[in-house]
Amino acid sequence: MPVFYDTTVDSALMLGTAQYPSPAILAAAFRAARAGIATVSLRREQGGGQDFWGLVQGLGARILPNTAGCHSVKEAVTTAHMARELFDTRWIKLEVIGHTDTLQPDVFALVEAARILTAEGFEVFPYCTEDLTVCGRLLDAGCQVLMPWGAPIGSGLGINNAWGLRALRAHFPDVPLVVDAGIGLPSHAAQAMEMGYDAVLLNTAVAKAGDPAGMARAMALAVEAGRAAFLADPMEPRDMAAPSTPVIGKAFLA
Amino acid sequence: MNILLNGEGRETRAATLADLLAEQGFGPKVATARNGDFVPAGLRAATTLADGDRIEVVAPMQGG
Repeated sequence: MPVFYDTTVDSALMLGTAQYPSPAILAAAFRAARAGIATVSLRREQGGGQDFWGLVQGLGARILPNTAGCHSVKEAVTTAHMARELFDTRWIKLEVIGHTDTLQPDVFALVEAARILTAEGFEVFPYCTEDLTVCGRLLDAGCQVLMPWGAPIGSGLGINNAWGLRALRAHFPDVPLVVDAGIGLPSHAAQAMEMGYDAVLLNTAVAKAGDPAGMARAMALAVEAGRAAFLADPMEPRDMAAPSTPVIGKAFLA
Repeated sequence: MNILLNGEGRETRAATLADLLAEQGFGPKVATARNGDFVPAGLRAATTLADGDRIEVVAPMQGG
């Protein structure tokens, strides 16, 4: 099971709480996923926040507040402060968005915000790219987990840069790594886990499925299968066929 | 006095941020900022409001 900042989490599936058809379906999806961590946000209180808080507390998952929608260091740091008070947690999923269409992180602002927040005692989960240099800077800034994207948020495109994510895994073998964003199908989640990632974080793939609870269960199974496969040390692929049935002893029938 | 509360113009008689939350009927599970800076819950009663202040009151919400 993944360990983030000395906390062992019960599941390698981290699930978002947005975009479900109803609160009841959100709760059903979490029951089916048995997700270890639930991501939440802060938004202007317009009457729904108090009820939502009651719902979230019953999900049986640790709360990971995000700084979604923040485009500057100042915004992200202030949002993190509000989240720490509101949710009584040092954990923060740090998002600093740099590009409106792709929701790519502004990695320069991300590193700066991570440095500030770590110094203030936060335990930062940075939403980042798979760039080795950026990830190294985030670790230098005090992050003890990295959350590279698989593909743009909400796109469902899966693992866009498998080579890059494998390189990141190989480069930082002891750092907890989470594929965050872009997962659309259970096969994508399994692929991330097969590569040795410690967890996956997804939202839209479950919330926007026709049957969110059914998809949540499928994702949970995929994450479990992918992790088991990684631990079982998969075979190396090869280009040419290799007979699995013994050649020796075959009857001569020609 | 006129302030901006969550982006909307409001006239208020509240002297402090704590008074404003009570006046506007906010629930207990909120976090606050004044003019872009976080105001911890413990400082709301000591945070006096001024004309033109921008107040943000946020609550737990769905997120990914």
